[in-house]
Amino acid sequence: MQHQEHTLAGHHDDHGHHDDHDHHDQSFISKYIFSTDHKMISKQFLVTAIFMALIAMFMSVIFRLQLGFPDHKFPFLEHTIGHWGKDGKLDPGFYLALVTIHGTIMVFFVLTGGLSGTFSNLLIPLQVGARDMASGFLNMLSYWFFFASCCVMMSSLFVESGPASGGWTIYPPLSALPQAIAGSGTGMTLWLVSMVLFIGSSLLGGINYICTVLNLRTKGMSMTRLPLTIWAFFVTAILGVLSFPVLFSAALLLLFDRSMGTSFYLSDIFIGGQALPQTGGSPILFQHLFWFLGHPEVYIVLLPALGLTSEIIATNSRKPIFGYKAMIGSILVIGLLSFIVWGHHMFITGMNPFLGSVFVFTTLLVAIPSAVKVFNYIATLWKGNIVFTPAMLFAIGLVSFFITGGLTGIILADSALDINIHDTYFVVAHFHIVMGSSAIFGMFAGIYHWFPKMFGRLMNKKMGYVHFWLTIVSVYGVFFPMHFLGLAGVPRRYYANTAYEGFDSLTNINSMISVFAIIGAVAQFIFVFNFFYSMYRGRKTVTNPWRSNTLEWTTPVEHIHGNWPGEIPTVHRWPYDYSKPGADDDFIPQVVPYSQTQNSNLAGEGS
Amino acid sequence: MIKLLVFIVVVLAVIAIAQIVRIAELVSVLNRRDEEEIVREKDNKTNAVLMIAFLVGELFFMLYQVVKYKKFLLPEPASIHGVQTDNLLWVNFAVITAVFLVTQVLLFYYAYKYQFNKKEKATFYPDNHKLETIWTVIPTIVLVVLIVYGLKTWNNITAPPPAEALSIEIFGKQFDWTIRYSGTDNTLGKANVRLITDVNGLGMDTTDAHGANDIITKELHLPVNKTIEFSFRSIDVIHSAYLPHFRVQMNVVPGMITHFHFVPTITTEQMRKITHNEKFDYVLLCNKVCGVAHFNMKMKVVVESEQEYEKWLKSQKTFAQLNPSENSNTKGIDTEKSDSLKVKPATDHM
Repeated sequence: MQHQEHTLAGHHDDHGHHDDHDHHDQSFISKYIFSTDHKMISKQFLVTAIFMALIAMFMSVIFRLQLGFPDHKFPFLEHTIGHWGKDGKLDPGFYLALVTIHGTIMVFFVLTGGLSGTFSNLLIPLQVGARDMASGFLNMLSYWFFFASCCVMMSSLFVESGPASGGWTIYPPLSALPQAIAGSGTGMTLWLVSMVLFIGSSLLGGINYICTVLNLRTKGMSMTRLPLTIWAFFVTAILGVLSFPVLFSAALLLLFDRSMGTSFYLSDIFIGGQALPQTGGSPILFQHLFWFLGHPEVYIVLLPALGLTSEIIATNSRKPIFGYKAMIGSILVIGLLSFIVWGHHMFITGMNPFLGSVFVFTTLLVAIPSAVKVFNYIATLWKGNIVFTPAMLFAIGLVSFFITGGLTGIILADSALDINIHDTYFVVAHFHIVMGSSAIFGMFAGIYHWFPKMFGRLMNKKMGYVHFWLTIVSVYGVFFPMHFLGLAGVPRRYYANTAYEGFDSLTNINSMISVFAIIGAVAQFIFVFNFFYSMYRGRKTVTNPWRSNTLEWTTPVEHIHGNWPGEIPTVHRWPYDYSKPGADDDFIPQVVPYSQTQNSNLAGEGS
Repeated sequence: MIKLLVFIVVVLAVIAIAQIVRIAELVSVLNRRDEEEIVREKDNKTNAVLMIAFLVGELFFMLYQVVKYKKFLLPEPASIHGVQTDNLLWVNFAVITAVFLVTQVLLFYYAYKYQFNKKEKATFYPDNHKLETIWTVIPTIVLVVLIVYGLKTWNNITAPPPAEALSIEIFGKQFDWTIRYSGTDNTLGKANVRLITDVNGLGMDTTDAHGANDIITKELHLPVNKTIEFSFRSIDVIHSAYLPHFRVQMNVVPGMITHFHFVPTITTEQMRKITHNEKFDYVLLCNKVCGVAHFNMKMKVVVESEQEYEKWLKSQKTFAQLNPSENSNTKGIDTEKSDSLKVKPATDHM
């Protein structure tokens, strides 16, 4: 902190001049609603995402109650979901709607919009040293598209025929034919409209992130001095810009098939007592288009979480991240590979087996950069001086999930093995651990770590600890047993496992999973309480509460337009000079020139 | 009224908690705790110990589950390739379990061991090319082995079936399965959704003589130790035919015919002995969400000796026997192109 005072002192003269400019009066609307300030927009994304996440979590509790205790009645359902929970029993159609909307909200609204929207917005300008995003206006539009998209998705819950219910992957013909399932009526139309708005939001955001990272870095901030967070957000944004338009085209063609009688995805269908006129289309085409987005999407969700974790683990281990260049390399390789592996979702669709082999090969390659990342995280902890802030705990939890879920990916990527476990609970376990839980832990880590930057106050640590331990125990308690269900052959998206007597003996596993799910859900309220409580009543923070090196901790606690009073600081070094031998303190912020740290400079530095 | 009371109770509870937390925080401020450190030493220590406790607890919990649920894991493989994929699976499991244990133990152990100590300083250790090369190359080698082994198995399974393979159609629609045996000529007759009527639910093309001896049933009987080639057809949405005991699964896609061939090796009777369950039956499940009754879309599968199978099949009526009028005038028609049942070969969909 001393160092920081030094460098800021240099700009002291400018303060008076800038105060007039920065603290001009803003109306409530321009400050809190139609704000173009990246810090405010990031908070808008975060609060919206937390709200959406709670809804999706509540949905998961409802269907876990059904799966865990199929013979019980839950009268509260009648009060909350009305005729879909008549007499306390969940309606089988609404069960499918719940899993669909749960998946959609979590993947898109929480882990894509919420995660990237919050942290790319908050950290890109602050960590590269920019006054704001390249375009504040587009950034504002990005949030409001996101908000509109959330509203449309939520409105589908109030449609008489129910929300979309063909699974979050909305495979046609199920999603194209209202005759096939009630949710494919108005609910599906709203789903598609919502997704189009969401894609708009994602593209506006992504283009902005890319421009800002490329063009608005402060003096001295070369690409190889960027914190790994920024590298992760940057590659994520590129993935999004390249893949979301493909989802858009998939959704558009589906809209045509639904409303205009085209046959992109439909052929030879007899339903509701008559043969449909459509002919020549292929439902498999949709899957190709969907997963061309869908797979990069997994990394759009995961990479930002890994980026946040890299920064948090380095800071709290008081050590440089191990293998900084290798970490950048693996982000780039993962990003590249993510575009050529989508076929592993489709091994048993009747796809040519040779093509399947190619996808097996490319998919298993992903394991290499992933392994490098894991080993580098562990090497960063080695001989560190680890401070267990709640953020650090969540970051370690992320690495644990990334390992566990990543390893089962090796099995799923093997087409011969996928035959038997495709679409079973093994898959559910795999992606909930590696993508869902990892990413949400990255997000929690980010929230605890950057909360002081967002709100100028610290979150309560004790509650953070309780939140973490309850959550990690419940996540393993929920998802680990699902591997067993999958290997026993239990298909996912079953309303009840009563169809086959062989599954009767598995009821106990399902009850246990549901109990853990409820504990996990309750634990999240500790977080929600902590979040809103600390926003107003938390302890006030100092400028650099975690004694971190990156630029955002050189900005004043009180938010101002333009982030820094006076000039934007110049960057002199990489962001990971922690515990450098010879240095006075165990961290040297990026703004400290080598000339001030003669004792700790390595050969070639500062010359 | 009750709803209102519940609401009031929840609101009051939240306020009460908020006040308690506030008091706790003010007390800690008065005691001038955690002003100097980012995290109090005691908390740091507690969390470090919890890291080890969690690791040990978690591993025991996992071990407990493996022991307890082992008997449900992977039912006895009842097909030739099922044995192969199970072996492949166990090799994969051995590798990933080893990696899992090493990395998880290191992760939580290092977290515990290198917990914050005021007197120590972390070791500045930004990279080591040798180490990084090692842990890039070793996973690569292991993966290459797994890829080669896996693809060899995959190629065996997906190689073209022998010509004498028994051709059987699995027909899926919301929410049931129908089986069509190809009859004495071992060739399935053509079918088309536009020909579906109340009596011709499969849309059989009566002008195709191959269809006349097809046998349509509501139970799937298979002869043991014979190569079976399934053709899958759907007329509404995508289904997935999943026979977990045989390690067989293939999507059933409207507008195209998909295939899977395999050899069942254990009869239902034998399996009842193996599982010590007199009521055991093989099952065909739907494993692609297909609508409200998806979870109820299943069919009993019987594997029996060839004699029993032939006997059962003879007791079933052919399509021609069931529909004499429709089929009477089609006997002489040229059937050269009859295998155009394969409306679209799967390879079109690369």
